[in-house]
Amino acid sequence: MNLSYREALNQAMREEMQRDPRVFLIGEEVGYYQGAFKVSKGFVEEFGAERVLDTPITEAGFTGLAVGAAMAGLRPIVELMTFNFGILALDQIVNNAAKIRYMSGGQLSIPMVIRGPGSAAHQLAAQHSQSLEAWFCHVPGLKVIAPATPQDAKGLLKAAVRDDNTVIFIEAQLLYGTKGDVQEGEFTIPIGQAEIKREGKHVTIAAYSKMLRLTLEAAADLERDGIDAEVVDLRTLKPLDVDTLVQSVQKTGRLVIVEEGWRFAGLGAQIAESVYSTAFDALDGPIVRVTGEDVPMPYSRPLEDLAIPDRARIIQAVKQVL
Amino acid sequence: MTKHTSSSSQSTLGREELLQMYRDMLLIRRFEEKSAEMYALAKIAGFLHLYIGQEAVAVGCLSALQPEDYVISAYRDHGHCLARGSDPKAAMAELFGKATGLCKGKGGSMHFIDAERNFMGGYAIVGGHLPLAAGLAFALRYEKRPQVVICFFGDGALPSGQTHEAFNLAALWNLPVLFVCENNRYGMGTPVGRGMVLYRDLVERAKAHGIEAEQVNGMDVLAVRAATERIVQMIREEPKPYFMEALTYRYMGHSMSDPAHGHYRTQEEVREARKQDPLVQLKGTMLKEGTGKEADFKQIEQDVEAIIKEAVAFAEESPYPDPSALHEDVYTETSEQ
Repeated sequence: MNLSYREALNQAMREEMQRDPRVFLIGEEVGYYQGAFKVSKGFVEEFGAERVLDTPITEAGFTGLAVGAAMAGLRPIVELMTFNFGILALDQIVNNAAKIRYMSGGQLSIPMVIRGPGSAAHQLAAQHSQSLEAWFCHVPGLKVIAPATPQDAKGLLKAAVRDDNTVIFIEAQLLYGTKGDVQEGEFTIPIGQAEIKREGKHVTIAAYSKMLRLTLEAAADLERDGIDAEVVDLRTLKPLDVDTLVQSVQKTGRLVIVEEGWRFAGLGAQIAESVYSTAFDALDGPIVRVTGEDVPMPYSRPLEDLAIPDRARIIQAVKQVL
Repeated sequence: MTKHTSSSSQSTLGREELLQMYRDMLLIRRFEEKSAEMYALAKIAGFLHLYIGQEAVAVGCLSALQPEDYVISAYRDHGHCLARGSDPKAAMAELFGKATGLCKGKGGSMHFIDAERNFMGGYAIVGGHLPLAAGLAFALRYEKRPQVVICFFGDGALPSGQTHEAFNLAALWNLPVLFVCENNRYGMGTPVGRGMVLYRDLVERAKAHGIEAEQVNGMDVLAVRAATERIVQMIREEPKPYFMEALTYRYMGHSMSDPAHGHYRTQEEVREARKQDPLVQLKGTMLKEGTGKEADFKQIEQDVEAIIKEAVAFAEESPYPDPSALHEDVYTETSEQ
C-alpha cells in the first residue's frame, strides 16, 4: 500500500498500542491537537486520554516521567515536538534512560522510544533546525534510528517499541508528507541493519533520513554522466551496520558520506573511522564527507540553502573521489 | 490537612516494632561510620555522602511502607537502601567496587539500586530523579495498582526546574507519590536561605503546585513514622501527591571531602543539633515508657556490630568484577521481536 511517512508512523504506533496495553504515548499536543505534525491523528479518540497524554511544555519533566514509568514496567513512546526541545530533556535521556541499566548492574532496563522530527525544514531558523543525532549516538546505552522511507519508518518504529532499550527515533519534518510503498500486514524491520537502496559499482554513498532522498536524486543525475553509484541507507545509526557498508566499499572502493548535521565531530567522522579501521585496504581513495556547515542555521533562504547539503555538492563529492 | 508540625508521637507501635526501628537506625549509623573508616583506609573511593544524623527520616518513612511500594532517592542513599531492607553485605561490597555489590560494583555509593526490594535507586543529578518518581507513580496509576512511591531528596533540590516539573505533573495527574524533602539546612555548603527566598517554609513551594504539604520533626522517628503512615494511607485511599518537609541535620560534612562542620557552619551548631539525636531520643522514650530495657539496646548494639563486621569481611573477600563485566549491562537483549 502507498502511505505517507506520517501515516506509516501513525500505523506503527497504533498497531503497537493495540498489541500491548503497556505502550502509551506522551508529549506535547499528542492528544486532542492530534500531534503537532498530526502523527498521532485519531489516537486520543481510539485509546483515550489515559494512554495518549497531553503534557505541559516541560520536556525534562515528562521525559523523566516516562523513564520512571519504564522502570516500573511500562513501555512509553515519548513524542518530542522536535528534537530541538529534546535538549531540555538531555539530563533525563543521557543521565537516566541511557545509564540506569548499567548503573544498576543489569537490574533495571528502560524500554522506551523517544521520537520526533530532527533536521531542518524550511526557514525555521537556528533553534528549530538542528540535526543532533551525533549527540545521541555518542552516548552508550542508547540506540538511534533515522528512517528515510515510509516502509522503514513503520517497520523500525514497531521494532523500536518492542526493544527493551531506550531508542532515539529521529524523523524529519520534510519527510512527513512523502509517500512510498509499505508492506501489507504485520512486520518489523530489525534495528541495526542498513539497506542498499540503489545498487551500483563505482562509488558507495552512505546517507540516512532526509539526506537519503537527496542522495538518490544525485545518484540518478550521476547515472546520466555514466557514474553508477551504490546508495546505502544506514537507517539505524547506532548500532551502526558497518558490515553492509564495508561490503559495499569492497565492491566500489570509494565512499562518500552525506549527513545534514554539523561537520565537526559529526556522525560521518565516526562512520569514516569505522570503515577506515576495518576496510582500509578496500579503499581506492580517501573518504569524502558532505555535511552541513558549521554555523547556526540562518533564517534567510539563500543562506539556509548554503548551510545544508544539496544535490550539487553530493555530485561534486562523488566526482572528487572517482 | 493544612500545614502543621507533627511533633511527637503517641506511639501506638508495639515493642517489637519500636526495637526494630531502633535497630534499623543503628544499622545505618554504624554502616556509615564504618564506611567513613573504610574511606580513610582507601578501601572506598569516589564521592561518599554520609547519612549520619538523618536516620529517623529513612526509617520513619520506610517502616510505614509495604514491600510492593516504590522508593527512590538522591545520592545520599545508603540510609534509604538499608532501611528498605537491602543486605548490608551487598551494600558494603558495592562501596568497595566488588562484583558481589548491589549493582555488581558498577553503581557505587551514589547509585545504590535494589530492584528486588523496589528500591529504584540513588541518583546523583540534583532534582533529576523527581521526574522518575512521578513516572513510577504514573505506572502505578496506569495499571491501577494500590501502591505508593516515596521519593527522598534534599533541600538543595527544591529550586531545581526538574523538581517543579515533577511536582506539576504529579499534581496534574494525581500521582500517588510522597515527596520527602530532607531539609538538613544545607545544599552542600550553602544554607537554604542563600539558595531560596522562600526558605522558611519549604512546604509553600509544594503548595504552590496544589500539593498538600506538612512539616515534621525529622529527628523524631516516631513523628516521621506517624506522619508517613497517615499520609500513605490517604494516598492509597485517594491517589494524589503529598509533600513532607522533614527537618533534620547531617552531622558529617557534605561528603568525605569536607570536615564535619567546615567553613559554612559552626561546631556549636553541630553540637546543638546532636542534642536532638534520633537514636538517643527513641531510646529515651522507650526506656521511659518501658517498651525497651538497657539489655535490649545492648543486644541490638552487639547484633549490629556483628552485621557490620560481617559486611566488611564480605566486601574485603569478594572479588573485583571480571574485566568482561565492563561491556555487560550497557544494552539488554530484547525479549520480544
